[in-house]
Amino acid sequence: MKRMLVFVMACCLCIMVTGPAVAAEDGFSSTYTYNYDYWGDIRESPDAYRVEDVIYSTTLNLETPMRKPQSLYVRDQDIYIADTGNNRILQVRKNGTDYTLVREIRTVQGATPESFDTPSDVCADAEGNIYVCDTNHNRVIMMDRDLHFVREYVKPEDSTFDQNLSFLPNKLVVDVSGRVFVLATNVNKGLVKYEADGTFTGFIGANPVTLSMWDYIWKSFFTTKEQRAQQASFVPTEYENIYMDDEGFIYATNTVFSEYDLLYDAAKPIRRLNGIGNDILIKNDRYPPIGDIQWVNDSAVEYGPSKLKDITVLDNDIYVAVDRTRGRIFGYDPQGIMLWAFGTKGNNAGAFLSAVSIEHMGHDLFCLDENEATVTVFTPTDYGNLIYKASDEYLKGDYDGSADTWRNVLKLNANYNLAFIGIGRALMRQESYKEAMDYFKMAHDRQNYGRAYRYYRKELVESNIGWIVAIVVAVLIIPLVIRRKKQMEEEVQEYERRQIAR
Amino acid sequence: MNAVRSQDNGNARRAAWGRYKASLRYGTYVIFHPFDGFWDLIHEKRGSMAAAHTFLILFLLTYVLRLMLTNFQFVTAPLQYINIYEQAASFLFPFLILCLANWALSTLFDGKGHLRDIYMAMCYALLPYILIQLPLILLSHVISFDEASYYSVLASVSIIWCVLLVFVGLMEVHDYSPGKTLIFLVATVFGALVILFLILVFFSLLSDALGYFVSLYREIVFRLN
Repeated sequence: MKRMLVFVMACCLCIMVTGPAVAAEDGFSSTYTYNYDYWGDIRESPDAYRVEDVIYSTTLNLETPMRKPQSLYVRDQDIYIADTGNNRILQVRKNGTDYTLVREIRTVQGATPESFDTPSDVCADAEGNIYVCDTNHNRVIMMDRDLHFVREYVKPEDSTFDQNLSFLPNKLVVDVSGRVFVLATNVNKGLVKYEADGTFTGFIGANPVTLSMWDYIWKSFFTTKEQRAQQASFVPTEYENIYMDDEGFIYATNTVFSEYDLLYDAAKPIRRLNGIGNDILIKNDRYPPIGDIQWVNDSAVEYGPSKLKDITVLDNDIYVAVDRTRGRIFGYDPQGIMLWAFGTKGNNAGAFLSAVSIEHMGHDLFCLDENEATVTVFTPTDYGNLIYKASDEYLKGDYDGSADTWRNVLKLNANYNLAFIGIGRALMRQESYKEAMDYFKMAHDRQNYGRAYRYYRKELVESNIGWIVAIVVAVLIIPLVIRRKKQMEEEVQEYERRQIAR
Repeated sequence: MNAVRSQDNGNARRAAWGRYKASLRYGTYVIFHPFDGFWDLIHEKRGSMAAAHTFLILFLLTYVLRLMLTNFQFVTAPLQYINIYEQAASFLFPFLILCLANWALSTLFDGKGHLRDIYMAMCYALLPYILIQLPLILLSHVISFDEASYYSVLASVSIIWCVLLVFVGLMEVHDYSPGKTLIFLVATVFGALVILFLILVFFSLLSDALGYFVSLYREIVFRLN
């Protein structure tokens, strides 16, 4: 009886987690988790993540439920939620599998004013200092662990900053040395950068202006001055969200682009910005990291490119972005190859109405839904863990170990390209080139196939050098011999003829 | 009597076969000496329609084989989706329509070529593609991805060569100046579009007309019952 009950509960959990009903309505993929193959077609995949928990306002025993929360931040075991609609920050701690509220941060001692007005993002550093984007108070406020005011970052009094604009900080990141990078609404020159002491030191990573030749010709020659004044000028677009990885590079997402730009990788919805603000994201796949490649959907509302609202970078440089259009989460490896994609729109656990923020704790993912005011906690399944294990082993240099792990991945998902490439690389190191070629061919990996093939060809030539030489010699010499023979025969005939004539 | 006739027939067949072989072999002369070659092809009757058909069929075969048999490092066609007849038709029909459009336009503007001359010249102009792409299929299985430049250079040579031959071929067939040929090449494309439009209109009218008779028949049957 007990076993029966466990079985029924397990079934319920499965249904809850994978949500087959939701997937069927979707009309897009028949599974919750999927990936794209070489041709850009959807390949169903085992679940890489499952819903471990959903944090509701009631889970945290909140008196006023969360309203329009905008952002998450994770530091060690603490989850900070910017509860924007209630003008507060929630600090939640993970104890084992429970999530408990540590404190509600509503005021900062010693600040003027002490309260927040629509705080849209929160950040915490290693010492426990908390930074909050206090949007409508036009400041980024920094407090220590006991919520005493330390310093605030306000509108830069600098000629490069348009003083007529109000300073509306929207998102922020803080690096290890305390430099603050702020993404502010209406500022299109890039991220506003402050030193640790609060001085403004300029902008970095402006989104380059995209302007087509046709636009330029049209605007310069075919519009009057009045028309031009009415149209929006060519300005760089703002980023949607930012995240700082362990190495201090800022990952930024961008949701303002034309679909045409997306096709030719001009839109770059995900960027990795270096110190001078250039995009250094590695893209080694056939498709750049843009979220969904196919946009087929029944409802017109959900048609269109993925709009990546937020991004987080795991410790192994795998980055995960969340899409607002279809409520999906995409994982990419450091080479820009999609590891998995999952999620859908809906009310079920594991589906989102309006996902706005994503964070990670170890390999677990936290995803904040603005309208549902919930945080969904995802934890990797065995399949998801195998993928992480294989790529970690490969990065560490344990190529044979990673090949074994990739073989286990293939047992769970025979359509996984990365596994074929991983096994192929290990085989190539073991000098079984022919076999490696087969694996690379499965994954359509031309570069690696070419490399394996060169070795294989070399081997083939070296082992058959006798035959090759023999054939070349035969081809060169046999015609010579035949010609010589004919010549001699003619000479003999000539001689005989002369003999007869004489 | 019978024996003599059969011998005559045999001789005639052998002569025809010889002419056919000669006109095939003449293709290699045309692609290396296009100006002389195309002139003689038409005006000295060195070419034959049989050889032209052969070249066209070989071209279509090469076109399809290239997609199917080239190593995946160089040509990656989604073989699970493509239909080889469709692929062949996607070349054949535009090719024939362009020949027709070119003939239709050039007859109005004192082009010397007949439709069969244009078709023959166009088919002969396809020869470099066959001669280069067929060995390239074999080559693709011998070279690796790092040596792809050899492959791509040869592949583009085959296409550029064909385009130049088409240009020279049309020039010689119609006895046009280079400038006039260029203008007619562009005009031919528009002409082909017009032909396509006419075909579409014809079929839609045809289906409307048929629909009318079908509904008329139904009406009568309905009334009679």
